[in-house]
Amino acid sequence: MDLHLLAAEPIAEERDAIDRFLGSAAGGWTGGERTSTDHHTASGGHEARDQRYLLLPALRALQARIGWISEGGLNYICERLTIPPADAYGVATFYALLSTTPRPPRVVHVCDDIACRTRGADRLCDELEKSAGQDGWLRSPCLGLCDQAPAAFLTEAGPEPVELLFGGATAASITSVLKGDYAPAKQPHPVLPQKGSQELRLLRRIGVVDPSSFDDYRAHDGYEALAKAALLGPDGVRKEITDARLAGRGGAAFPTGRKWDAVSLQPERERYVIANADESEPGTFKDRVLMEGDPFALVEAMTIAGYATGAERGFIYLRGEYPLARERLQHAIDEARRNGVLGESVHGLGVRFDIELRVGAGAYICGEETAIFNSIEGYRGEPRNKPPFPVEAGLFGKPTVVNNVETLINVLEVLHLGGARYAETGSGISTGPRLFCLSGSVQRPGVYEVAHGTSLRDLIALAGGVAGGRELRAVLLGGAAGGFIRPDEIDMPLTFEATRAAGSTLGSGVVMLFDDQVNLVDILRRIAAFFRDESCGQCVPCRVGTVRQEEALHRILAGKPIGGVATERALLEEIGLAMKDASICGLGQTAYGAVETAMKRLGLFEEASAS
Amino acid sequence: MTALIPIEPLRKSVEISVDSRPVSVPEGSTILDACRRADIEVPTLCYLDTLHPVNVCRVCVVEVEGSRVLVPSCSRKVEPGMVVKTDSERVRHSRKMVLEFLASSVDLSTTPEVAEWLADYAADPERYGPPAPPSAAGERDSHGPGHHHAVEPGFRATVAQPVKLDNDLYIRDYGKCILCYKCVEACGKDAQNTFALTVAGRGFDARISTEFAVLLPDSACVYCGNCIGECPTGAWMFKTEFDRRAAGTWDESAQEVTTTICPYCGVGCSLELHVQDNEIVKVTSPLDHSITSGHLCIKGRFGWKFVQNRGPVRQSEGVDRG
Repeated sequence: MDLHLLAAEPIAEERDAIDRFLGSAAGGWTGGERTSTDHHTASGGHEARDQRYLLLPALRALQARIGWISEGGLNYICERLTIPPADAYGVATFYALLSTTPRPPRVVHVCDDIACRTRGADRLCDELEKSAGQDGWLRSPCLGLCDQAPAAFLTEAGPEPVELLFGGATAASITSVLKGDYAPAKQPHPVLPQKGSQELRLLRRIGVVDPSSFDDYRAHDGYEALAKAALLGPDGVRKEITDARLAGRGGAAFPTGRKWDAVSLQPERERYVIANADESEPGTFKDRVLMEGDPFALVEAMTIAGYATGAERGFIYLRGEYPLARERLQHAIDEARRNGVLGESVHGLGVRFDIELRVGAGAYICGEETAIFNSIEGYRGEPRNKPPFPVEAGLFGKPTVVNNVETLINVLEVLHLGGARYAETGSGISTGPRLFCLSGSVQRPGVYEVAHGTSLRDLIALAGGVAGGRELRAVLLGGAAGGFIRPDEIDMPLTFEATRAAGSTLGSGVVMLFDDQVNLVDILRRIAAFFRDESCGQCVPCRVGTVRQEEALHRILAGKPIGGVATERALLEEIGLAMKDASICGLGQTAYGAVETAMKRLGLFEEASAS
Repeated sequence: MTALIPIEPLRKSVEISVDSRPVSVPEGSTILDACRRADIEVPTLCYLDTLHPVNVCRVCVVEVEGSRVLVPSCSRKVEPGMVVKTDSERVRHSRKMVLEFLASSVDLSTTPEVAEWLADYAADPERYGPPAPPSAAGERDSHGPGHHHAVEPGFRATVAQPVKLDNDLYIRDYGKCILCYKCVEACGKDAQNTFALTVAGRGFDARISTEFAVLLPDSACVYCGNCIGECPTGAWMFKTEFDRRAAGTWDESAQEVTTTICPYCGVGCSLELHVQDNEIVKVTSPLDHSITSGHLCIKGRFGWKFVQNRGPVRQSEGVDRG
């Protein structure tokens, strides 16, 4: 392949940003100064192309330094990594936090998604439009700070880039941040509502340990699970996980033991473990709380996963909007390496295992388990068709375990208690403790840990009920990809089986409350807009279906239905069925869930269609 | 007697059921292969025998017993005992909707067979409201990810936009693009290895693009024209065809196809010269040709103007450039 570059040259800062990330260019073949030996050597082939997986971090480095990705900057990345510029452009235009047109160095991404909407985010954006105009800020999908809604995310490009995720945002605080006064954005994230409770297992260290101290982690049972794993051996660890009947907490509830067994049985020796920390499902923030408050736990759990499945390399794929989690995880990885529990020979296990932290750049779809592979490998984050499944051909085409962060944290608990004892809590595949993200019109929003089987009513009561004692209109269970349930259904026990039987889902543990003052059609349209914005665009049912769904809701909201609301309702159903049945991945397959349940369970559009 | 030597390793055959009929195909075949063997018609748009299946258009979906969702027949490999339905209500519904989604957002006027399929599946693209006004030139190229551009309520969003005319050999009419990825594959890893094309943007704003949407002459394009060869909708088109269509003089029924060998180099590519009114109007190569697999280079694809040159050879031509 001959690289054909555009004529644009990188400016010094762009070159510097890339060199700081990749190291200086070795010679003229890769964008550096020509050396006397360049004439006698050739560069290219597999060795050059194998660097492709560095593309996304290189683009991020450029964005963080300059504030956008110019032709010259992209050229230089392409030269360094031997990537055709069209390909790199396709990747750069896939992520919302990267810009291929000039952007001011300081940008505030203001969440106007559903949880923040119940706390006045839409009004806030209207005010901002009046006071600050259109410049310097952008509307954003859910930022994962729903417990502190309304949320905003500041990015400032430069030699010392700044990224701050902050809650309690007001038009005034955002205006001052836009002017360079970051004090309103530096409020500490609030503590856990259940902090200090003796019943906590997954959350017990949050707010209690110093998240930057390896020794403090050790002093709070840290690395005890790893020691147990060493005694059990890889097969023994997998047996405990299977006995625990641990099911995935990312939304699909796949048995973790089966996944691990499948990877360990592959003839291919090169294997990977990925912690899916791309948590971008609207209303979900549990993994952020875990990673910010207890980063070593994730590192330890991944090391055990690697040991049990025979993988030597792990990736944490973290969403780009979590700068604090990034900082703390990177520190935890470094500390674990320094203390010999990560790296060439993991202390106690005698195996090699290391972790690389990968940061996304604003794309919900990259949390899809196969899109994550493409994103890490340096391609557009488009989901792959299954089969082949990740356990056979995942990252770099090798057998791969992809587990949600909460699932991995549960692994420590399984080893701590033993699989059989862990499974004593709950029933069926709904064993052990479970995290829920309470947000919306709730009195005390936050992450709550309860045992599987707790009723939704009790969980809501734990969080203080509906905010201001108002009347509950609906609960969104499982996230935007989940569905609504009625107030008279909240005695439902929170298990995979019970919610499934009721035609709902636990999803990623979202419990978002809507009181009687919320405009549900507006919420529904925002959910539809979310899927429209976040669709990768690959397959027709999702690419066009999400647009047609959003348009139909927009028409109803604007009072301009085609052929009456009943016709629109029927149309929405037809669109939804095709998305559910014919889309490649879970995004398209669930994009109709909220609309469907709002119509079928809450009776939305029924009064209107009767008239 | 000499035994026959198999030129390919023998493959086991796999028995499956398609629409209640037993079908036997070699191991590794796709459901689409099986359907074709059983003479069951399955519509396809993004599939081409010579490219890796990307299974994105979803018009070929079928129902497989035990599968939660429909599966793309073009890429799913057969497994023993598989029970496939190609004409169930679910299949017909999804195909109808896919066709409606495409026809309501893309100009399919030069897509072969699609009009019949739209009628077969009773697709009604008009029920989504009237189309919104077309985008201005270059407007869609600048749409960033994550921020959709809602049209006036009551109208339906489309990809309609002006044709891109930036060279003498072919045109890009992205208003006709269904985003089947074929041109990207043919330009890149599946044939040409030039990588001048990509899919840029996301969601409904996803589009075929060069880097920073530069003009083709500024891009890595080598004008092999394989993108035109693979394009199922006429979004990539010979300039000769485009001009004749604009002038109303394009008439496929009046065209004759002559097969010949490319005269330029020693590879021996098979050419199909499409001739109308004694003029070569386009050149293709057969997909099943062992040398080309349908792909050509700039010379074979476009270097035939000299055939039409009926005038006397002038000595000064090519020398006297003043």
